[in-house]
Amino acid sequence: MTTITPDLIATHQLTEAEYDKIVAILGREPTYTELGIFSVMWSEHCSYKSSRLHLKKLPTRGKMVVQGPGENAGIVDIGGGYVAAFKIESHNHPSFIEPFQGAATGVGGILRDIFTMGARPIAVMDALRFGPLDDPVKGARNRRIAEGVVSGIAHYGNCFGVPTVGGECVFESCYNGNPLVNVFALGVAKKDEIFYAKAAGVGNPVIYVGAKTGKDGIHGASMASAEFTEESKQKRPNVQVGDPFLEKLLLEACLEAMHTGAIVGIQDMGAAGLTCSTCEMGSRGGTGIEIELDLVPQRETGMTAYEIMLSESQERMLLVAESGREDEVFHVFKKWGLDAVTVGRVTGDGLLRVRQHGEIVAEIPNQQLADSAPLYDRPHSQPLRRAPMEAREFTSQDLTRDLETLLASADICSKRWIWQQYDYQVRTNTIAGPGSDAAILRVKETGESLAMSLDGNARYCYLSPREGAKLIVAECCRNLAVVGADPVGATNNLNFGNPERPEIMAQLVEAVEGMAEACRFFETPITGGNVSLYNETLGEGIWPTPVVGIVGLMKTGAPVGSHFRRPGRTVMMIGGMGKCLPVRFGGTQYAKVVLKQLWGLPPALDMDYEKRVQATVRDIVRAGLAESAHDLSDGGLAVALAECSFGPELVGACVHLDEEASLPIALFHEAPSRILISTSEPGQAKLMALAYGVEATAIGATVQDRLQITNHGNTLIDSEVRTLKRTWETALERMLHA
Amino acid sequence: MRFGVVVFPGSNCDHDAWYAVRENLGQEAEFIWHDSDRLGNVDAVILPGGFAYGDYLRCGAIAKFSPVMQAVKKFAADGGLVLGICNGFQILVEAGLLPGALVRNAGLKFVCREVRLRTETTDSAFTAAAQKGQILRVPIAHGEGCYVADDRTLDELEAEDRVVFRYEDNPNGSERDIAGILNCQRNVMGMMPHPERASDPLMGSTDGMVIFRSMVSAFAHA
Repeated sequence: MTTITPDLIATHQLTEAEYDKIVAILGREPTYTELGIFSVMWSEHCSYKSSRLHLKKLPTRGKMVVQGPGENAGIVDIGGGYVAAFKIESHNHPSFIEPFQGAATGVGGILRDIFTMGARPIAVMDALRFGPLDDPVKGARNRRIAEGVVSGIAHYGNCFGVPTVGGECVFESCYNGNPLVNVFALGVAKKDEIFYAKAAGVGNPVIYVGAKTGKDGIHGASMASAEFTEESKQKRPNVQVGDPFLEKLLLEACLEAMHTGAIVGIQDMGAAGLTCSTCEMGSRGGTGIEIELDLVPQRETGMTAYEIMLSESQERMLLVAESGREDEVFHVFKKWGLDAVTVGRVTGDGLLRVRQHGEIVAEIPNQQLADSAPLYDRPHSQPLRRAPMEAREFTSQDLTRDLETLLASADICSKRWIWQQYDYQVRTNTIAGPGSDAAILRVKETGESLAMSLDGNARYCYLSPREGAKLIVAECCRNLAVVGADPVGATNNLNFGNPERPEIMAQLVEAVEGMAEACRFFETPITGGNVSLYNETLGEGIWPTPVVGIVGLMKTGAPVGSHFRRPGRTVMMIGGMGKCLPVRFGGTQYAKVVLKQLWGLPPALDMDYEKRVQATVRDIVRAGLAESAHDLSDGGLAVALAECSFGPELVGACVHLDEEASLPIALFHEAPSRILISTSEPGQAKLMALAYGVEATAIGATVQDRLQITNHGNTLIDSEVRTLKRTWETALERMLHA
Repeated sequence: MRFGVVVFPGSNCDHDAWYAVRENLGQEAEFIWHDSDRLGNVDAVILPGGFAYGDYLRCGAIAKFSPVMQAVKKFAADGGLVLGICNGFQILVEAGLLPGALVRNAGLKFVCREVRLRTETTDSAFTAAAQKGQILRVPIAHGEGCYVADDRTLDELEAEDRVVFRYEDNPNGSERDIAGILNCQRNVMGMMPHPERASDPLMGSTDGMVIFRSMVSAFAHA
């Protein structure tokens, strides 16, 4: 019997006060196994102890929301008797230690969260952050991590049979020691066939299905709740190994078993494995759960109770079936060649009782274990920022070359190298895939389509977490508006550094408050999500990186893409040209890539105007008045015009400005609320904009294979589209194979 | 006409093939479970894309031993139409119903994109409705789609007009740009690209439909 010493408590990342609380709950000292169980359930990763207080500020209700936070995934009504279940989750720490498996199991984990609710996954998107690929010192490692993560996501998603339809990828030095891998997944279910992770019915059997339990991933959740040090490589055994084929079997078997009507509740075994699934299901059902570990399928002999309870072996599920109907469940799992065994039963005493060889090794009240984790109101001061407020003077020697530099930069260049490795079409629902402002998937069952977008901008959030968070919500909604969709629900992934530092905690608090305000305003309730803290290596934290994923609804039809299609059309800016003071230019891609500086504040956002711009473009697109529509974001007007030109037809534009201010600012500022359309009916489009009190400015016309921008008749940019496109399309490959 | 779509546990394009022939083409379709040793009353068999048994070994290496494949062999020997798409092509090759092998893409990475296919022969039940030389825009999605065979086999395929499709822009290093081939009796075809993903205007191309339509008319005239 292991004695509980202060050292042992400390290695479990529990504080003295937390340990005292455990003793108070149990009325005695915990056993070694119980200590392990508490340590994972009360880890930052599982308990949200630093963030929970602030997450309550987020809006979670809406007329379409069927299920908000607290379940495995959020659910929104998509009409026709169907719902969409979706969530985003991070796998940052494992992906740094072992990029391929870390990212692969990240995909596996979020897919299980979706199908455990009875929804068949139909789409995945990913938000990735790496250190710069061309960093003179860290470049080689960054490239290895990026290649590993992308092939890990491809490996898992492609084999499982879910299309990876979009996402975003950004490179900053702050991710050198801490890449981010956030994976979003969405599934579709019948509204009356949603399954919840609740253990109900005293006497009902608790059934373990899927892969056998091994010693992999023990303490994964705790690992994800600490900073990295030089020794972190030794944590490689904490990373799990994924088997997408097994997950595919698990998906089919679970959905088929759910159809039998014999399943009462079901939860996947993700972080904290058997521990988390048993106590959370019991806690939600207000019941107890009793299991015998000898019955758990095991990959090796001689595993201790501690190891079995804390293992994070992948591709496992725990379910509660109706007593007497076990055979119906077993029959389905046998058909798919999977282990399914009764390991225990639901009890009425509210306790998680774990036996091994018949002897009790843990006995903990479910409710307190799952829901009474400590809650911290951590001190927060001013958000950390090391950037001046004022800009240095700058001018440009050659604006065409500046545009080329931006198009070849890591954040703006084509991400084709990444998304071509993903099967983005399997299940034949992908109407608009990677490279679009928003992905569009048809729902065959309802005849409607879902649009979805992921956005984040740590550069903005570093300068102002509050304003940055509002901007990303606005941009995400804008991406949906551009394709003609109405946003219905959102999910978020909050990636931050060490919350025990007041200046980092302040970033988290301000970002959450900004996001809450914007989500309320744009009517995109947060239905679930994930918080990833302690993203620090050797004391160096990442920039605040909240990521938001928003899902929208639209009629199924041929999509309006972002590319200009035919010459001779009017190019219009819906929302007007926008203004940008020099202080608001310091977070732009131009400042990053061309000036190599960071200063000031993110672009100014007028949420009310933004909402009206979105409504305008949605109306224009739905009325069929736009041949193309694309919003302005990274790189501003010039980059957006170039991106609009990069369609297969190579149709560019000739655009005339009459700007008095700084030319680099005019061409490259990133003020929101601006959308470029090409149209043969500019008058009609303008009328629609007027109805919303929105500016709509005709700025030029589309032409074949040329991108030309003049100001008061002076040529600022003049280039062949094909040349620009080649630069943009091949840049990432060139960086990877440097 | 009644299509049978074989379902291995790791098939993931089975519903797509079913949807294409049933919803887009308006024919009958049913699924056939991998451990069934009978095909039932079907007029043609589709081996769909996916990862039959995980394919951690060699793609299709385990699938060839499945009960359903013994039935498919017999069905093919009796002259039945068999179309193998992507993983289905890999399985046909492993099962010896088609010559050659499919190995890792030359670029060593999984590739998903649209390719342009040149129709090399219309003398087959799979392309009779197409024009010789017709270019089809059809997506690929595979990691092991590089077609290889010894020169004698390749010469023979060409001499017997059994190369059905070639890539216009070879995406995987396949020898002689081969994307799809026929067996000697011309009733079994394997191809790496996915015609079922080019069967609906919403997906951006309907060029794949010509293959399914050809099969229907071949059956009607048989």
